Parts: sequence; structure tokens; C-alpha cells
Amino acid sequence: MSTLNNAGLSVKNLNFYYGNFHALKNINLDILAGKVTAFIGPSGCGKSTLLRTFNRMYDLYPKLRAEGQIILNGQNILEPGIDLNMLRAKVGMVFQKPTPFPMSIYDNVAFGVKLYESLSKSEMDDRIEWALTKAALWNEVKDKLKQSGLGLSGGQQQRLCIARAVAVKPEILLLDEPTSALDPISTAHVEELVHELKKDYTIAIVTHNMQQAARISDYTAYMYLGEMIEMGETDNIFTSPSVKATEDYITGKFG
Amino acid sequence: MNLYARRRFANYTSLTLSMIAMAFGLFWLFWIMYTLFLHGSAGLFSLATYTQSTPAPGSQGGLANAIVGSLEMTFFAVLMGTPVGILAGTYLAEFGQKGWLGNSTRFINDILLSAPSIVIGLFIFEVYVAQVGHFSGWAGSCALAILVVPVVVRTTENMLLLVPTAMREAAYALGTPKWKMVMFVTLKAAKSGVATGILLAIARILGETAPLLFTALNNQFYSDMNSPMANLPVVIFQFAMSPYEDWHRLAWAGALMIALFVLGMNVLARVMLRQPKQH
Amino acid sequence: MSDLNQRMKTQRLQDAIFVNSTRFFAFFVLALLAAIIASLIYGAWPAIEKFGFGFLGNSSWNPVTDEFGAWSSIRGTLISSGIALLIAVPVSFGIAIFLTELSPVWLRRPLGIMIELLAGVPSIIYGMWGLFVFAPYFADNIQPKMTEWTAGIPVIGDWFAGPPMGIGMFLASLILAIMIIPYITSVMRDVFEIVPALLKESAYGLGATTWEVVWNVVVPFTKTGIIGGIMLGLGRALGETMAVTFVIGNSMNEMLTLFDPATTISATLANEFTEAHGELYTASLIELGLLLFVITFLVLVLSKLLLMRLNRNEGAHS
Repeated sequence: MSTLNNAGLSVKNLNFYYGNFHALKNINLDILAGKVTAFIGPSGCGKSTLLRTFNRMYDLYPKLRAEGQIILNGQNILEPGIDLNMLRAKVGMVFQKPTPFPMSIYDNVAFGVKLYESLSKSEMDDRIEWALTKAALWNEVKDKLKQSGLGLSGGQQQRLCIARAVAVKPEILLLDEPTSALDPISTAHVEELVHELKKDYTIAIVTHNMQQAARISDYTAYMYLGEMIEMGETDNIFTSPSVKATEDYITGKFG
Repeated sequence: MNLYARRRFANYTSLTLSMIAMAFGLFWLFWIMYTLFLHGSAGLFSLATYTQSTPAPGSQGGLANAIVGSLEMTFFAVLMGTPVGILAGTYLAEFGQKGWLGNSTRFINDILLSAPSIVIGLFIFEVYVAQVGHFSGWAGSCALAILVVPVVVRTTENMLLLVPTAMREAAYALGTPKWKMVMFVTLKAAKSGVATGILLAIARILGETAPLLFTALNNQFYSDMNSPMANLPVVIFQFAMSPYEDWHRLAWAGALMIALFVLGMNVLARVMLRQPKQH
Repeated sequence: MSDLNQRMKTQRLQDAIFVNSTRFFAFFVLALLAAIIASLIYGAWPAIEKFGFGFLGNSSWNPVTDEFGAWSSIRGTLISSGIALLIAVPVSFGIAIFLTELSPVWLRRPLGIMIELLAGVPSIIYGMWGLFVFAPYFADNIQPKMTEWTAGIPVIGDWFAGPPMGIGMFLASLILAIMIIPYITSVMRDVFEIVPALLKESAYGLGATTWEVVWNVVVPFTKTGIIGGIMLGLGRALGETMAVTFVIGNSMNEMLTLFDPATTISATLANEFTEAHGELYTASLIELGLLLFVITFLVLVLSKLLLMRLNRNEGAHS
């Protein structure tokens, strides 16, 4: 059932501006296919901003602008002619707070799928079950698929949002502090999920929580004041960071 | 101590005055409602009011044709005004937050919201009644529709702005096109608020008299939308101004009917508006 | 893949259509205002051409000789709205203070809704009640007393003289005042509520009384908003039609006291428009409508600008 259609991202000389404010400074990095890459750093360091360039979320707001290159499947997604909807179908995103749409659980998951595929009723049913299973939610909601998604608990809502993102079978999944609004048990659920999902997807996750980055990621990038300070295999970053600033941050001396 | 006593006195005086002001405001509401029930309930609970048409002087009759006329014109006014209002309100909230068009429309809309309704009647008279050469239900509907638009624009915009930005981002992150995002996500999330706006608009136009005077006029009988059309407010106006007791009785019944309807809708709208905020 | 591309193309087209249609209707609202003004100018043109600016100051209104002047109506509109404001502003201020500072919390909502319902009562009902119930009561019980009390006072005594007939300028103004109370109250309430709690608490912390907090902290902080609310009420009063038509007495004659019958622009329109014959008569009435629209428009613009300024300042504070 699952198709490994993941891809990596390659960021080259990326600069980002909020009006006159230079928010990302000459970022270069590769996000490897099939791996989990975590972005850590103090608030305002630009990690969320960086994540939001990968699906060009910033396009929704005036005065925001990115320069440089982000290569996905051989194409620079920052080019003007890119179809944003198509891009976002390939690069899914899950947000800080759960954002279920005001519709049933079933329709929440089906919403994105219907945008790109015409499935028969039974195919759609299968897809919904598959996505909800992937998000480890199926068993809890299989008897109430017609109920509103707003009726679920916070942790369930977040997993519903993950299912919604997974259902369209994106190549890359962006997680923007997906557990910051959740209780510890739901957080554990979501972390397990990330482990599961990386078999099929390339994952980039922004997190405030260093232990979380250490637990779930293969690569970790430390950012500070809009700059990429250090990036490497998670084990290395957390045991023997090569830059002093990184060490200070992860050992809690700063930030 | 003298100063302190004076300060306390000023405090009590002003607070007492503010309580009197409150009582003054409520007093009129109760007096008016009492009057309406006193004079109107007989007609309100009489079957003839709903089965017979408006009478000629001195004969028996009811308000049936006026009620039907009012409902018909209100219905078409809402049908015409609501889509315009929702789409314009959507533009203000979703696409035109900052631009010149958004800002000027928002400004002008607030002015239209309080513009004298009799002038709207004049406007429709000029551009419609005078052109086709006769008064009609359609003209009345158009005038009322113009009153519906600003109410719906305002509530639609306000309600859409209450929908969290995260919801929009989540929809766009799936690659949702704008129209689907609005129709299936934000407008859907705001639907009870938008419905409230429509309700308030209906409450507003049901009692409007001035814009109908030069557009729908009145009719002693049932009529189609293309002819002068009976409607409660104008019937109330004409009957109340007449010298006939019977007509006065019907005018009171009509007034009570409208008041109950309009106030009921106002209360309902406020109850509905309250609910989503409690989450 | 080409299927998907086709789908994307359709979506882009649908989006363009959707966004542009919302933009079109936003523009439509603007165009509506322009159309209203243009059509009124067009309709009033014969009168504008004939009478020029003299129309404004001329108080004769004679359909038989085709001589028309707006002054009686303009004067009535201004006086009735002015008196209405004099009554409504202090009352609304009191109600707003009661609702924001004094009332027990559980009573605020129901009382607030009741005051708002006063705005929901259709104006024709105010008119009927005013004509049949309030006017006779007013003439029997209040008017004679007002005449008596003010009799000795110079100038003011003359305003409240004359036979107690109930209907007339003063009654119309009083009813107008009742009608605009909810509008002014609601704006005042809203602006009072934006005063930061911390600011009020600091004043209370100094031992200030409720009244002192209101007068020295809340009112100065919300001054522009209060004036904006008053202007909104004025805009409403200027354009109010039916209630006034019922009770003002509809007379173009010289008004000697406030108890005399008079007329307003909107009442003149409501009474005469459908029966007006002749181009000049109709055009003169439409010019009245145009004047009314222009006056209310200016008042409402002023109100809106003041309220916007308050919000901007508030934004700068936080």
C-alpha cells in the first residue's frame, strides 16, 4: 500500500526578509530523503520561518520575501512560476496547534485527497482508514467518523491533522512544533508516530524541546539569530557539537 | 473631611443619576411593549387578521395580503442582498484586508449601515420606479436589499476575522485553492455568525417603512411582485393615520406582530452570536 | 500527470473567478454609494437649476405657485436632532456607566440587550405609540407643567409656551432621543470597555471613587470615541423618518415655540413625495433627500473618523 515516493530538499543561499528585517541569513543545508531532520534554537531564531519557506507558506502575507534556492525534485520552488497548490500537495504541514476543519472526521481527512484525486467511495474509505491508521488514530475514531473533528481531544485533533496531511501522500512532511500544545501522553503518541512515518516520508520538524529532537531525529540543525550555526547527525550534535554556541545551547547554559 | 464628604456626595449623586438613566431607558421599552399588547393582542389573536385582506373603510378585514406582501418582499430582498453582502464581506476579510478597495469599502459600508433609509427609497424610485413607470413589489424588494447588504457585509467580515489564521494556513498547507478554503473552511467555521447577520438584516428590514413608501407603495389586495404591493409597515402607517377605529385596531395588531417578530429575531441573533464565543 | 495539471488549471481558473467576484461585490458597495448620490443629483437637477443656493435659505413651500425652499425642513431636522442629542447624550452616558461600572455582572448582559432592543423596535411603532399614547399623555400631564415651570424665565419661557397639543417639535425630539439612546449607549459602552483595567485600578488604588475614575480616567481616555458615538446618534436622528412623521405635526409654518408643529426633511418626503405632481415639485423633494443624505453622510464620516482615531491610538498604546 505505502509507496516510497519521498524526496529530499536542498537549500542554497537562502535569505529571507520580513519587510526590512533580515530573518534568515544565507542558509545552506540538505534535508535527506527518508530521514527526520530537526531544527532547534531559541525563540525567534528563524527555525519556523525556515520551515515555512519549504511550502512557501509565507506567500500568504505581504512584505515577506525569500531569495536563493530551495530545490525539490530538481526544481527551485522559490521560482515565481511555481504552482503553490501543487507544491503544498507535495509538502505537507502540521502546525503548532491542532487545526481541524469544521467538518466530520472523515471529511477532514478526505478534504485534501479530494483536491487532487477522484477516488471512488470505497477507494476513499480505504484511503481514510490508511491515513488514520498511519496517524495511530484509527482505533479511537473508527466508530465515529461522521462526528465533528472539533469534538476530539487536543491530542487526537493533532493526530487527525497528521492523518489529514498524510492522506494526500506528500513527499515531505513539515512539523512545526507539533507537540507544543499537547500533554505528555499525546506528545509520546506523536513522537512514536514520527518514527513510523519516516519509513515513508521525509520529515522536517521544528521543536523547542531538545530532548524531543534527540529522541526522534536523525539530523539536527541548530539555528541562532537567523543563521544556521551547525548541522549534523543528531548523535554527534548532542554528544560532541563542534561549535561552542551549540554546546552552550544544548547544555542549557543559554537559551 | 469636608472634602471627603463632598467627594462621596458627588459619587453617590452621579451613580444615582446613572441608575436613573438606566431606568429611564428601560421605562420606554416597557411602556411601548405594554401599549402594543394592550391595543394589539385582540387583533393578533383573531383569525380574520390572517385570513382576510385589508378592508375598505368601514368594512371588516384583516392583514393577510400585507403579511404575505411583507414576507415576499423580505424574502426576495434577502435573496438579492445576502450573496452580495457575503461576497463583499469575504473580500474584506480574506483578500482585501489592507488595500485601498478594502479600506474604502469598509468605510463606506459602515456609512451605508446608518444612512437614512428614506433616501434609499428615493434612490430606487429614481432608478427603477420612475424608469418603468409604476410602483412594484420588486422595487420594494430592491430598496430593502440595499439595506440588507451593509448588515451582512459587516457581520460576515467580523465573523470571518474570528476564524483563527491557523485554520487558513492549515487549509493552504494542503494546497487548497482559495475558493475552497473560503467555502468549506472559513465560511463554514463562521456560518452561525453569518446566519446571525442575515437574521439581524431580516429584523431590520421587516419593520422598515420609509423605503417602501415610494417603491412598493401599497395595495388593498393581493398582488404579484410586479404591481404595487401591500406590506405591513405601510399598511400600519396608512391605517394609523386614518380616522377609522377598525383600521386603528388592525394597525395595532400589525404593529404588535412586527414588534414581536423583530424583537424575537434580535434576541435569537444575540443568543446565536453568544454561543461560538463560549468555546 | 497531465490529468493533475488539468485539474490545477481548473482550480486556478476557479480561484481567479472567485476572488474577482468577491472583489467585484466589494466594489459594488462603493459604487452603490456613488450611484445613490448621482441619481439624487440627477433627480434634483431641475430644482437645483431653478433655485440655486437660494433653495437652502427659502422657507416658503408652495406647490401651487411652484415655489420651493428647504429651510423649514432643514431647520426642523436640525432642531429636532439637536434637542434629541441634548436629551439622549446624558442619558446614554449614564446608562453606559451603569452597564460598565455599576451593574452586577450577571445583570449586564440582560440589561444591555434590553437597551439594544430599544434600537430594534421599528420606527413606525415609535410613531404609533407616540401619536396615540404618548402625545395625549404628554399634552395632559407634562406640557402644561413645562409651560408653568418655565413661564418666568426669559427666552426659555418662550420656547415652552403655547397650547398643549401633544404633537409638535418637542415631542418628536423626545421620541427621537429615545430612539438614538441605544446607538450612543452601545458605542460608549464599547469604548469604555477598551480602557485598560490596569489604568482604572491604578486610579482606584489612589482612593478615587467610581465617579472620579469615570470622569478623570475613563472619559479622557475615550473622548474621541464618545464624540464618535454621539455623531453616530446624530446621524441616526437626522435621517429618522417614520416616528417623526407621526408626531411632529407636519407644518411648514413659522415655528414660534418648541411645542409648535413643524416638519423635517424626512417627514416632508414621507408625506408629500407620492402625491407630488409636476417636475419641479418632485425635483425639489429629491433635492431635500439629497441634502439629507449629504448632511448625514458628513456627520457619519466624522463619527467614523473619530472612532477610527480612537482605535488607532488604542493600538499605539498596547
